[in-house]
Amino acid sequence: MAQLNSRIPSGPLADKWRKHKTEIKLVNPANKRKYKVIVVGAGLAGASASATLAELGYQVETFVFHDSPRRAHSIAAQGGVNAAKNYQNDGDSVHRLFYDTIKGGDYRAREANVHRLAEVSVNIIDQCVAQGVPFAREYGGLLANRSFGGAQVSRTFYARGQTGQQLLLGAYSALSKMVGAGAVKLHVNAEMLDLVLVDGQAKGIIVRDLVTGAITRHAADAVILGTGGYGNVFNLSTYARGSNATAIWRAYKRGACFANPCYTQIHPTCIPVSGDYQSKLTLMSESLRNDGRIWVPKKKEDCEKLAADIPEEDRDYYLERLYPSFGNLAPRDVSSRAAKRVCDEGRGVGPGKLGVYLDFADAIKRLGEPAVRERYGNLFDIYHEITNENAYKTPMRIYPAVHYTMGGLWVDYNLMSNIPGLFVLGEANFSDHGANRLGASALMQGLADGYFVVPYTIGDYLAGIKPGSRPSPDAAEFKAAEQHVRDLNNRLLNAKGKEPVNYYHKKLGKIMWDYCGMARTKEGLEKALVELPKLREEFWAGVNVPGSGDTLNQALERAGRLADFIELGELMCRDALTREESCGGHFREEYQYPDGECKRDDENFGHVAAWEFQGEGKPPLRNVEPLNYEFTKMSVRSYK
Amino acid sequence: MVAHTTSTKNISVTIRVWRQAGPGQPGKFVDYPAKDLNPNMSFLEMLDVINDELERKGEDPIAFAHDCREGICGTCSLVINGKPHGPNRAIASCQTYMRSFSDGETIIVEPYRANPFPVMKDLITDRSAFDKIQQAGGFISVRTGAACDANATPIPKETADLAMDAAQCIGCGACVAACKNASAMLFVSAKVSQLGLLPQGQPERDTRVLNMVAKMDELGFGSCTNQYECSAACPKLISHDFIARMNRDYLAASFRSAFKGKPAVNSGGGA
Repeated sequence: MAQLNSRIPSGPLADKWRKHKTEIKLVNPANKRKYKVIVVGAGLAGASASATLAELGYQVETFVFHDSPRRAHSIAAQGGVNAAKNYQNDGDSVHRLFYDTIKGGDYRAREANVHRLAEVSVNIIDQCVAQGVPFAREYGGLLANRSFGGAQVSRTFYARGQTGQQLLLGAYSALSKMVGAGAVKLHVNAEMLDLVLVDGQAKGIIVRDLVTGAITRHAADAVILGTGGYGNVFNLSTYARGSNATAIWRAYKRGACFANPCYTQIHPTCIPVSGDYQSKLTLMSESLRNDGRIWVPKKKEDCEKLAADIPEEDRDYYLERLYPSFGNLAPRDVSSRAAKRVCDEGRGVGPGKLGVYLDFADAIKRLGEPAVRERYGNLFDIYHEITNENAYKTPMRIYPAVHYTMGGLWVDYNLMSNIPGLFVLGEANFSDHGANRLGASALMQGLADGYFVVPYTIGDYLAGIKPGSRPSPDAAEFKAAEQHVRDLNNRLLNAKGKEPVNYYHKKLGKIMWDYCGMARTKEGLEKALVELPKLREEFWAGVNVPGSGDTLNQALERAGRLADFIELGELMCRDALTREESCGGHFREEYQYPDGECKRDDENFGHVAAWEFQGEGKPPLRNVEPLNYEFTKMSVRSYK
Repeated sequence: MVAHTTSTKNISVTIRVWRQAGPGQPGKFVDYPAKDLNPNMSFLEMLDVINDELERKGEDPIAFAHDCREGICGTCSLVINGKPHGPNRAIASCQTYMRSFSDGETIIVEPYRANPFPVMKDLITDRSAFDKIQQAGGFISVRTGAACDANATPIPKETADLAMDAAQCIGCGACVAACKNASAMLFVSAKVSQLGLLPQGQPERDTRVLNMVAKMDELGFGSCTNQYECSAACPKLISHDFIARMNRDYLAASFRSAFKGKPAVNSGGGA
């Protein structure tokens, strides 16, 4: 059974991080250069960690499966990044950001982690501005803000609808500087396929070069994973097609606990599905909900009509009706379920009646079209490209889609997993968002972890290791892990079945969406747990991966990732089945209040479930880390 | 604006694709039929469907670069009917939809053709040269934790907006592919302008432009002859005005570095 010591410092909430920083061990500057750190991934978390650790003097090697670190999917985040700057003088504070985030996460995150996140949020904005991130500004030259779901203050900093892009390019520029200076060795087109443990500690990785197919061994004193989330389990999602769980899944199979895998975020404002060929769902930033009003017809028979032909009194602005104080800015999980409910009632719009309107007519009347264009122009353009409809004239149609995973590898307060020497950052870990993430908090967490947390906390681990004691990549453990990767790839290449990888990915996506999506039931999850092992067998026997492993082979890349997704899907369902309550993004139909809101069970489930691999074919072990709320009261979340 | 067929009827097309097994190997065009396509299908989804069929038969799928499929990561890089990113202005390959093509059409799909971007396989090129240019100077040196308060330096909205116009570059390389000289001036000038416009970027303004231009020349990108095909092909419509801005910066930096007595960075073909 894994030892789950969260290592949360004692003392008052607001002092914990400051105190911890003064108490953890330091590595002296002359010794830093003797330690090598491997960073996998170069999104916000990976790039910012790589750059910062190199600045501190560590030897850093960064691996990305993309052809450039600038491609990581952080780049696609649209809306913004939260920070408790209180530049708007609207009553914001570190405590309010902490409280909103803990409440938004439906009281399933650690208080200490979330408070630290809120504290360092202000440093993130300073850092990014200094790097040349062109945030939106007011005419006086000061930074502009907007509000986002789940908050009653304007604390979101943004760069048009491309905030993630600008923050990532900022981190990428910091990383590029260190690569140019020779302080970071960058490996592109390099996919991590296994984690290597020596004496129970993370000491390296096995990597496949996606261009030449070469499989190589890399040793280090510590390994950091910033490899993102696993929403592509659902096949259709707002993730990039290449986003995958292979790094964290293979670390799980080496003993790293996987925490709360069932916590997935379904984003309320995405463009609805249009056909079975579809590969991707596109998000329309939540920031649109600042000015757009969400509605469906009151009467089913109006659903076929044009929006313009439905008079005001026959429209149901259901979020404003159900949640008058937050209205269209209700949190994502609440808004998504409300959309599902009205569509289940038969009041959805568009093809298949799986859509609701997001209407800007009032905003255009109030602000004028140019002002709306200035705020959201690029989003309206994206919408037009995909749907061929003009949202300045007719309302957008939107529907919820898989967008983020709050679950991930278990980490302690230092962001270290239960495997010593393995650190996990950003979306790849589970730590800060509880059961639901608020908008504009993912960018905040990725950069907080990479710039301001792990550069301190990794020292606490490294200081306990003798400099120069790093194992050789020729050690037996490395050779065995390499052989394991080769065997796995050969099995995929030799299956020579009848169906392409995508065929199985679509099947997996359907099972997951039907039984482990927006609403889950005991029966459905049990059914999924029968179907998924069958799918796994079918996949390994029936997949056809053409070509060989020693060349650029995209089918092989996809096959390896899908093999991991199928297993992870099973773990998600297992987690969802055993969590007999509803909280945040995890909604079990059996556990709800009469008005359809989540019914938590704090007594029995006020904890983190951290799953531990027990070997192929054996059920994983469910470890529990209790969540002790010392400073806030676990209360019923209300946005009414 | 986007050219849209008004019909919502399914279409059938032939895709004539460049197939090349690896770097430096001979390539050739191969035709693939794509039948009964929903016009709302994206161009990449159409390639997915062809690839699924190829994989089903155990044949090598068409290798193409893609990731976010929402026009922001800059990975996709197809030349469709002779145009980088295809027929529509301000649209990346991944956001090109089949409604932009007509029933019965033969669509030619190629990789970028530019010496600094060698073909790795089929439609995938190696664009690591762009990263190398960034590493030569595309940054503001600020150690993590060393920044002052974000509102300490007000920046006029117009300046921030213009910097954002430049910063939108997705690094896809279409500008290079569209240029008969394979010049990277639009890409480089976008980063030079973004950072050079902002107060935070002033201390390194001269070295940045000199070093980035030198690296660009060293990597074999051609010179700009002011045809502006780059801007026309850019999915983010980055303006060629930034090239003029970079030329001014480059000239001023060259003079200043000469008068400072430091050797000017070897600039090759210059900006």
